[in-house]
Amino acid sequence: MLTFAEILQIPPYSLKKKEKESLLTQQLLVLTQHHLTHCPEYKNILQGIQFKSDKVSRIDDIPFIPVRLFKDFDLRSIPSEEIIKTMTSSGTTQQTVAKIYLDKETAANQQKTLIKIVSAYIGKERLPMLIIDTPAVVSNRSLFSARGAGILGFLMFASDKKYMFDDEMNVDYEGVQAFLEKHQGKSILLFGFTFMIWQYLKDVQLNIPKGILIHGGGWKKLAEKAVTSTIFKHALKKNLGLSEVYDYYGMVEQTGCIYMECEKGRFHCSIFSDVIIRKHTDFSVCDVNEKGIIQVLSILPKSYPGHSILTEDEGVLLGEDDCSCGRLGKYFSVVGRLKNAEARGCSDTFERK
Amino acid sequence: MQRRGDAVTLLSENKIQYLVGGKEINILPTEIFSDQIGSFLDDLSRTLRESAAAQSYSDIQAFAFWIRKSNFYQLKERMDKRYQRIGRGLVFHIAPSNVPINFAYSLVFGMISGNVNIVRVSSKSFAQVDIVCQHISQLLQEKYKALQKNIIILKYEADKEITDYYSSICHARVIWGGDNTIRQIRKSPLMPRAVEINFADRFSFAIIDPEAVLQLDSTRLGNLALNFYNDTYLMDQNACTAPHVLFWKKSTNIKEASARFWQAVYTIVKEKYLLEGIKTSDKFTELYKYLARYPIENLKKYDNYIYVITLNHIDDTLESCRGKYGLFYEMELQSYDDIACKINEKVQTCAYFGIDRQEIVGFIFKQHLTGIDRIVPIGKTLDIDLVWDGYDIVGNLSRIIG
Repeated sequence: MLTFAEILQIPPYSLKKKEKESLLTQQLLVLTQHHLTHCPEYKNILQGIQFKSDKVSRIDDIPFIPVRLFKDFDLRSIPSEEIIKTMTSSGTTQQTVAKIYLDKETAANQQKTLIKIVSAYIGKERLPMLIIDTPAVVSNRSLFSARGAGILGFLMFASDKKYMFDDEMNVDYEGVQAFLEKHQGKSILLFGFTFMIWQYLKDVQLNIPKGILIHGGGWKKLAEKAVTSTIFKHALKKNLGLSEVYDYYGMVEQTGCIYMECEKGRFHCSIFSDVIIRKHTDFSVCDVNEKGIIQVLSILPKSYPGHSILTEDEGVLLGEDDCSCGRLGKYFSVVGRLKNAEARGCSDTFERK
Repeated sequence: MQRRGDAVTLLSENKIQYLVGGKEINILPTEIFSDQIGSFLDDLSRTLRESAAAQSYSDIQAFAFWIRKSNFYQLKERMDKRYQRIGRGLVFHIAPSNVPINFAYSLVFGMISGNVNIVRVSSKSFAQVDIVCQHISQLLQEKYKALQKNIIILKYEADKEITDYYSSICHARVIWGGDNTIRQIRKSPLMPRAVEINFADRFSFAIIDPEAVLQLDSTRLGNLALNFYNDTYLMDQNACTAPHVLFWKKSTNIKEASARFWQAVYTIVKEKYLLEGIKTSDKFTELYKYLARYPIENLKKYDNYIYVITLNHIDDTLESCRGKYGLFYEMELQSYDDIACKINEKVQTCAYFGIDRQEIVGFIFKQHLTGIDRIVPIGKTLDIDLVWDGYDIVGNLSRIIG
């Protein structure tokens, strides 16, 4: 079986379905066994669902757990002494946050994977980077929120950096202009979270003609304001003069292996991860172009049982290996969060059906 | 405190929004089940059933049906005639925030018991609340002016001063809410002789005889399944009366009976229940939360429509086995006495099938239980009654003239 280091050597979008499935199924099965052995809650779950590893022949046979479990339990497959970082979700509501425990190995693998994936889009050279956030967001080093972690992760691509906002979230025009002048003629990488960008930057006029924006997260808030991806891209290209805007789909429960948007506007699965779209009625696999619940799989989570997760997002598989951007692997779109059902409460009467 | 006519000015008077009535209240209790109230309720019943806006709400319609004249007098018949009862005076109701129509039932409980009522509804906006309040106001204005100072329906954001005030002048306080709401409101003192009726967090279960299930023909099995569906899926298992745990009476045929039962329920659920993605996700999460903590004997899944966890013992409390959107627990019952220690004051309804009800009553007395307020057949758990949560409501909200 291939080691992680060996997998890193493979160009991230170069495996066709058969090869990729075979590689991933093998890796995921090993991870499933690993977590079964080291994480008590995961073991209980797999016993409860009567999981048998010899029944796994395809990637869709790998068991999956609900994403919210990371909020309710401290799921980890390492002793607490080996935790070097705890990531938490940003929490779109006031509920408890997800806790993701990383050891040295998993944290390092996440970083290496992110570099592999993003370089495939922006090239291997580091670029001057404008961070669409305030420096205050990374100040607490021991407890990373998704925002802080995302920024620190992307700083690996920076040859020079500048935060666009001051501590009060006001655009530092002077500083930004100076930075752009300093790096005149070069491609500029911009990074930030989708909702932040929309909130603080949509009415700002700047000219960054060789700007490449990578953004992600926060779509739920924007969906509430009826801001679509098209509206977003259009506004930013107009106001900031950007040439390229890339969205990505990712989550704190599986960092590192983000799903970058290609030039054709589709999210792509790298060789490190995969998606399966499942019908909510019985979890069977949806056809291409059929909406369903997104399941995400990743070969990175070793310190915590996050290798196969059922999200609460709705998505559509658009195709596999044949995207006109040229990248191999599955490509999909994200519809949004599963609609919040109106839970009925305790009543004393209701009409009989 | 003024008993009639004048209003008392609160410091936070402007924080109160009145949906029916205003500041003035006439605290003039009457006999229980008065004809005037019966007439008012019957008129209200009619106007709600005829209203185009109200017709699209099945909960309003069910309420309208319940307050009709024939039911009113049927309920009156049940009262013990040895005693002459008069309302206690003023009842202060705090309606729940998650069930729109409940405020109306609470108001009616107060009215039937001969009282004048102040009902605080949730700050959340509900069409049902608005519609019913409009009809009440209109009816009072057009035909029952004498009752105008007897009914006040209002809303206000959490405000201890206001709650303190109404609590201090009422003769009875009715709280519908979770345990936390009750604790919070209890911080507002009542007069020494004022009574409280608190509808708190409750939990319900069912007992079924496997032999009785196996003896059913397919039509009757279908009826049982439909009855169970009505008790549970209709309110997404959120009703306090919904059974979450099924105990199968000791038998060698439990596996067969259980399979037969759930298959029949599956047929009904697939046909009638709207299973949305978020419900599947929630239910799946609840299932895995339980699996992560406790060992189980078996798990049956009927697609994502029904999940049934079979247990051979319950580690934690009975309420730890709570489901939603179609997640149930089942267990063999060697004898009633086995679950005695699990029945506490949180347990409300025991729904049954194929069992002699008296057996369960006997169990409650024998084991000196502090729980189980009603024992009803599967299918009847949602039937509202004036005896609720172990309270004789009219008895509690009125006083006897000895």
